[in-house]
Formats: sequence, structure tokens, C-alpha cells
Amino acid sequence: MPTAIEFFKLLPKTNCKECGQPTCLAFAMLLSNQKATIDLCPHVASDAKETLEEASAPPVRTVKVGDKDLGGETVLYRHERRFVNPTAYALTASDTLSSDALKERVDYIASLRYDRVGMMFEADMVCLRNNSGDAGTFASKAAELAGIWSKGIVLETRDPAAAEAAATAIKGRRPLIYGADASNLDAMIGAAKAAGCPLGLVCADEKDAVALTERCAAAGFKDLVLDLGASNLKETLERQTVARRAAVRSRFKPLGYPLMNRVGSGEYAVATAVVSTLKYGSLVVFDDLKSYEALPLFTLRQNIYTDPQVPIQVKQDLYPIGDPDEHSPIMFTTNFSLTYFTVRADIEKSKIPVWLQIVNTEGLSVLTAYSAGKFEPERVAEAFEESGVLSKSDGPVIIPGLVTRMSGKLQEIIGRKVIVGTNDSRDIPKHLRSVTGQ
Amino acid sequence: MTDIPDVADRFSGAIDEVALGKGDYVAGGAKGMPFLSFENPVKRRPLIAGEVFDTLDGYPQLAADMFDGRQKDPVEWALMWKEIGADMICVRLVSTDPSRGGTPPEESAALVKRISDATKLPIIVSGCGVMDLDIPVFTAVAEAVRDSRLILSKADEDDYKRLASVAIANDHIVVGFANLDVNLSKQMNILLTDFGVDRRNMLTDPLMAALGMGLDYSYSVQERIRIAALMGDSMLQIPMLCDCTGAWDVGDAVSDEDPSLGDPRFRATWWEAITALAAVISGADIVVMRGPGAADMLMGYCDELRGEI
Repeated sequence: MPTAIEFFKLLPKTNCKECGQPTCLAFAMLLSNQKATIDLCPHVASDAKETLEEASAPPVRTVKVGDKDLGGETVLYRHERRFVNPTAYALTASDTLSSDALKERVDYIASLRYDRVGMMFEADMVCLRNNSGDAGTFASKAAELAGIWSKGIVLETRDPAAAEAAATAIKGRRPLIYGADASNLDAMIGAAKAAGCPLGLVCADEKDAVALTERCAAAGFKDLVLDLGASNLKETLERQTVARRAAVRSRFKPLGYPLMNRVGSGEYAVATAVVSTLKYGSLVVFDDLKSYEALPLFTLRQNIYTDPQVPIQVKQDLYPIGDPDEHSPIMFTTNFSLTYFTVRADIEKSKIPVWLQIVNTEGLSVLTAYSAGKFEPERVAEAFEESGVLSKSDGPVIIPGLVTRMSGKLQEIIGRKVIVGTNDSRDIPKHLRSVTGQ
Repeated sequence: MTDIPDVADRFSGAIDEVALGKGDYVAGGAKGMPFLSFENPVKRRPLIAGEVFDTLDGYPQLAADMFDGRQKDPVEWALMWKEIGADMICVRLVSTDPSRGGTPPEESAALVKRISDATKLPIIVSGCGVMDLDIPVFTAVAEAVRDSRLILSKADEDDYKRLASVAIANDHIVVGFANLDVNLSKQMNILLTDFGVDRRNMLTDPLMAALGMGLDYSYSVQERIRIAALMGDSMLQIPMLCDCTGAWDVGDAVSDEDPSLGDPRFRATWWEAITALAAVISGADIVVMRGPGAADMLMGYCDELRGEI
């Protein structure tokens, strides 16, 4: 991102105030903080505007595949600023599959879907492979796929004619054509232009990527996703780091595109996807992915792409743990996700079913929330009221030991006896056993 | 074709090297961000420590089933870790707690000595978590094992002097623990140094939160520690120890309630392996592992990341 002064140099410096700011310098400062866009200035010269737009674009270009943005990244480390667009995961399907088999395959891909504390984790795209080698078959299977799969589509082929036929057939879906290299590049650019969709480049390495993207740029085509040709974990980590650093630190355009990996299936494919998710990959295409691989991988993506400035929160809600009944204990804690997960894990360890009420404390932990006045008996009672937990169970209500001070007040409001719980979450199993007499 | 700009960082700082055990294992030494051969000429693999307990009471069955019965004897268990390829053993002395058997300190010390003698590997000794109970145990262990530099885990800001004293008295290594906070990690290293712990006798534990349990916090804290250290902050140049076994406490990792989530043995293994990969890519010099499968995967991945395969 250019500095305020760099923006300022390109502005008319008339302080006309038409952008809503008192001075051009004030406007320049907003621009450099990405709090305003250049269109707000009616007087900027068109060539300066282009320079500014170029300069204020993210160093990794944003490329839309289906309805999902890839890239658009601005930093090297997530503690600097939130990573923008989470890594997308695609699974392949062959264009030689019968209609039933394709449906079955798509159903399997759609089944990689997990509801985790109010967030939905799922596979993002289907990658149709041109195994038939036939353009007509590829196009008709692409159309068939588009009818049963509503999210992103990748079309994997090295044949420009097949790419153009299939991409044109599902044009409105903005598929990614994956399979351009030095040998077919011009025809592939033609196909992508004709269908108005982005193009995935199969590069031998990062140097080859520069050569290919410069050819694309010369042809006026920039909606690219780069496979840097890594064949092992070291190459994945190093090549993707080089590309991201060159793009972010040096504004090096030829590598300023989203990165992708074409992995196979099994342990090694998942390991590559893990490295790529940690370090700068925007799309990973698998031949297969099992549920026991998908859940941890999707969880990793969620972790890496959270906003580092905001504590992660879980939804205020009643979470049944085990299979609680009308006599099970009722516990409650804050919606700071680390608190929630820790308490939940410790309750699970006890093997005693519990109603766990999460109270919205804006992501603060127990003591912080209490001192900030966001974890008060009234709030807790409101949450109980909202979920109706007190009518679901006549079991003991257990208060976190750290906020024992509010137990009297809470008892008064809810009209139920409140038991003091443990200070430390790891003592929960022992405490639960003694409370329930098990 | 335009040349790619040189993106290698040339850092002024480096991570300390700490010799462990009999001196044949060394942690640390990095001069660049993890596994980037273009800026980090020290291609040392992070050391992998296999975890054993002095009691199976409370140890997850899912993990126990992965050790062919050899987990029933802690020495055999440690030897199995050595066969798998672990560089170190992490011995957890939890039966010292009166509610879990109240094993006397001398007995615990004898066990650690047997494991050390049998495996000849560096040993991390961790206690039951109650310092009043642990100090006599650490003292007995530290005096019993004289031919190997032990790693005593762990001292925190509120109570570090007693453990540090045990380490200093016997030339063992002490782990300074801080809870997901760069400044606190630095503070801990300063406190230990001021107290008289030699830098070659220190490791830092920034709390490796497991996947889905705050891994994002740990990942970023560790990257920040590593970057600050390489940029020259000497009080953060202490090698980093990351305990990845918390992965086994995550419900989603080990639960067998929902068959659509797949085999929990594989899921838990991936959960720990991914936690550990995030640890080593963000700067861990030593990782503690529970599952043999995950440890084996991690060894292979680390070797490959170093370009050794």
C-alpha cells in the first residue's frame, strides 16, 4: 500500500473539499488506510487515477472463481493484518463418469461439511477433469455438473478447445480453467477471454511463472491463478514464500497472483495442503479427501484466517454436551472461544452430560468480562431466559469459580440454588462427579 | 523476463543453541525463518519428543492402543519411542499427586534414571502441575540423573525460583512458560536470567494451543517471537518448546460419536500432526508428541521441509 504522501503527490492539491475531507492531505491519509477510494475525488487526472488504482490494489490480485474471491492478500504474517480470502479446497470429478456416478461424487464432496460452533466448514469447489480427452464430452459434463453443484467449478484440461467449449457452456458460473502452460498459453488465453473466466497456469517453477504471467499481461490478461509446480513440501513452502514476499514487499507484479496446488490424495496430499494453507496458498485441488482429513484441515483454515485482532467468539446459545436430560447440571461461561473449547473439553472428559449455556461477553474471557461489566448476573439470567434452559432441567446450576462473587445475585434473579464451580477448568470433571454423586 | 527480487531476509540475530542430554542433541541455532533454505543455512530439524506417563490412569485409550501394550511399562514405552525415531523422551510424572497414587519422589527419580539409561536420549521431565508437590520430585530427579542434562518443565512467572534453583544446582535446563504472550515470554526469559539461570540452560514454552483450540493465537505469537529474535532481541533468542499433545483433548479430534467424521484414530493423528506442523513452521525447536503416527509423519515432513528427502 502506498503511503499518504505518495497518494498526496498524485492528488490535485486544491483542497476543494468535494471528497468530503477538509484537505487533499487528509483524503490521502484515508486512501492509504484503505478508508476511502479514489472515485471520491472528481478532479484527479485520469492517468494519475489509474496509477493510484494500480497502487492501491492489493499486492496479490483478487481473482474471482465462481462466487469466491481468491487472493487479495496484503501482508506476509497474520499478526500484521487479517488474511483476506481463506484457502479454497476443491475435489476432482472425471468427465467420464456416468450421470449417476457424477451425482454420487458431487454428493460425497458436498458431504464434507461440518457445523462447528455455529460456523459451517465445507469443501468449496468441484474440479472437473477432462479424462475423456473429448471437448464435447467435457462441455456436456460441465453443464451437467453446473446443474447439480451450485458453488465454484474448476475445469482441468490441457486442451484449449475443450477448455473453451466447457467454460463457454457454463460461462455464467465463472469457472477456473486450469491447465495453461508454455506450450498452449496463447490458445488458453483465447479460451479464457472467450468465456470471460480466469485461467490457472501450470508453471514449472517461480521463474517460469514470471515468464508466463508476463506473456499473459502482454496479452492484456490478468485473471490468473498460479501453480508454482512444487513437487514436495519444501518447494511448496519456499516457492510460495518467495512469491508472496516478492508481491507484498517489492510489489512485484509477475508473481502477484493467487497461488494454487494440484495435489493427489492421501497423507501426502493433505500435508501439502496444510503447508499451503499456512503459507499463502489460495486453492488446493485434491483427487480425494477423507472426512478424517477434511475436518482438521478445514479447522486449520478457519484458525489461520480469523482476525488476529478480535478474540474469536462462539454464539450465545445453549450447547448440550453428551445427552443431557431434565436433571443434568447446568453450567455457563463466556463466549470467548478458548474458554468455551477448554470448558467443553473438560466437561466431555467427565463423561457426565451437561447443559452448557454460553453467554455473550463479546469474546472476553471470564475474569476480563467480569471486570468489564460484561459478565453480570442479569446478562446470565437473560441468556438462561432466551434458551429456556431452566425449564429444560432442574439440575444444579454451576457458576464459574472465578465469579463466585455474583452467585448471590444470580440466585436471587433466577430463583434457583447456584453451586460454586471450580476456578480452573481442568478440575471440572472431579467437581462434576462430586456434584452429581457419580 | 524480469528477475525475481531477492526476498531473503538477512537477520542480525540467531536463535541460541542449547545442548541437551549428553550433549549429542542440540536445539535451536536458526538464522532465518523456519525451513527457508535461502535465508536459514542452519538446517537443523526440530527435535521430536515422545511422551510417556508414569501411570496410565487418565491416559486416553485411543492413544494407548497405538503402542502395542508397551505403554504398560514406561521404560519399554520410551524405548518404543526411540525405535520410532524420537529424539527425546518427555516423561510426565503425574502419579506423584496423592489423588493419583502419591508415588514418592525417589521412586519417580529412579524411573527417570532408568528411562535415561535405557534410551540414552535427552529427557524432558514434567510434573503433576502442583509446584508444591513437584519440587521435591524435580529435586530428586535432578540429583539422580547426573550424566544427562535434563529439561525441567515448567516454571511460570508466579513461581519460577524454586524450579530454577533445582536446575541451577544440578546444571539442568529449565523451561520458562508464558501464556500466549510475546512480552510475557520475554519477561520470563529475563526473570530466569536475572535469577542466575545460564542462557545455555533455558528453553521457552509459549503455550502451543491445539488446532481448533486457539492454534491461531499460538501460531502468531510464535511467529512474532521468532521474528523479534532474528531481528536481534536477545531475550527472545531462547529455543522454543511446543507441546502439541493438547490435540488429544479436542472433542472433534477424538470423538467417536459421529461416524461421518471418520475413524477417530486417523482424525486424532491428523489433529496432532497439523498442530505440530503449525508449530514447526512458526518456529518450534522442540515439539512434544503423544501419537506415534503423528510423530512419525512429522519427522518425515520436517526432513522433507529441510530438503533431506
